[in-house]
Amino acid sequence: MIGIVNYGAGNIFSLESALSRIGLSYGMINTVEDFDLYSHIIIPGVGHAGAAMEKLNNTGLVEAIRQLKKPVLGICVGMQLLTSHSEEGDARLTDIVPLETKLFDRNLGIKVPHMGWNNIEIKNNLLFEGVENQTQFYFVHSYFIEYNAIFEIATADYGLPFSAAIQKDNFYGVQFHPEKSGAAGERLLMNFSNLKQ
Amino acid sequence: MLSKRIIPCLDVKDGRTVKGVNFVDLKDAGDPVELAWQYAQQGADELVFLDITATNERRKTMIEMVKSVARQLNIPFTIGGGITAIADAEALLNAGADKISINSAAVKNPQLIADLAKVFGVQFVVVAVDTKLIAGRNMVHLNGGRLTTEIETEHWIKQAEEYGAGEILLTSMDHDGTKQGFDCNLLDKISKLINIPVIASGGAGKIEHFTEVFSTTGVDAALAASVFHFGEIPIPILKNELNKHNIPVRL
Repeated sequence: MIGIVNYGAGNIFSLESALSRIGLSYGMINTVEDFDLYSHIIIPGVGHAGAAMEKLNNTGLVEAIRQLKKPVLGICVGMQLLTSHSEEGDARLTDIVPLETKLFDRNLGIKVPHMGWNNIEIKNNLLFEGVENQTQFYFVHSYFIEYNAIFEIATADYGLPFSAAIQKDNFYGVQFHPEKSGAAGERLLMNFSNLKQ
Repeated sequence: MLSKRIIPCLDVKDGRTVKGVNFVDLKDAGDPVELAWQYAQQGADELVFLDITATNERRKTMIEMVKSVARQLNIPFTIGGGITAIADAEALLNAGADKISINSAAVKNPQLIADLAKVFGVQFVVVAVDTKLIAGRNMVHLNGGRLTTEIETEHWIKQAEEYGAGEILLTSMDHDGTKQGFDCNLLDKISKLINIPVIASGGAGKIEHFTEVFSTTGVDAALAASVFHFGEIPIPILKNELNKHNIPVRL
């Protein structure tokens, strides 16, 4: 069963709906004890990374998240929270994955936010099992995680290559919204739920 | 690469879609959930629902509709119509809307854009602008186009971006309903003027109009209603055609 970290960062109704559509049961994680109830953990998130981190800090769940050995999936800002630092609000984050979250540079001739469907270059990873390389996913964000060959499991290009998905041990993150990315997004959520502990 | 988006727009009244829609195999043409699902199956990249309900009960009905759509739909969608306060937007967000679109309320109170962007992020705030040529100048119109303002369209759009709009939905009233094509001159000017995505609206009549707007302007998306509702332009055929013209689309 999937546990959703409930720290008040944006709407999670769409995520709950997507899990229901594909027949996955889920519950909310409000306390450290709640982590024991679930086999897989999702950290959702929209909006401002600095503000989201502050909310996550207020829950007192950060240290427990760092210690998790179960599969964890951060979505969008939830993924950015796994990194060390974000330029958004100059915020120190959980530092689970030693990467930097940066602001897209308008001087690259791109519009910000990066909004819409973007294809991704997929590395061989169980999270993307059955998802064809170059499949398009739905992105909406102004900040991105720097490209890094070690943690990268999928790359997108928008003015420059950036991390569409990362993995470090049991921690996974996707910058796009699988809950809004059609059948491919639903497949990814299903794949995540099948990851072994 | 980022794809150009194709966005069907549905008018909703009292929780039901209005303006006849004649798809084959629709059990209930007025059911927004069924329509939304059909569009998603056809390959629409996003949907816009415009609430034209005039009654006091509107908010409650709309929230219920948004929830049902969010439960079924696996692509993003925007809700517009009658949003004048943070509380309206928050209720829609919590019901599963990905974005909200504001129009007259933003012109009357531009600070609303900034407030919404601060609370929910710029990606949540679409500013819709209805424009019409008056004596050779593009002027902002309000209340569904019935009210002319003294505000020049380009000036307002630039200002909306500065206040924190995440996207501009620009409808040319001169082109809307004509089926003679989008207002490519204005759309190109606007997409060069600002650094946020622009959705073209008004004038789509045939596939070539979509090819034209994407090849000759910098817009990110094109929105249309009747050509999709009446099956005049099937979305899969439209996207294949755009793809043939090397316009990046999600197939």
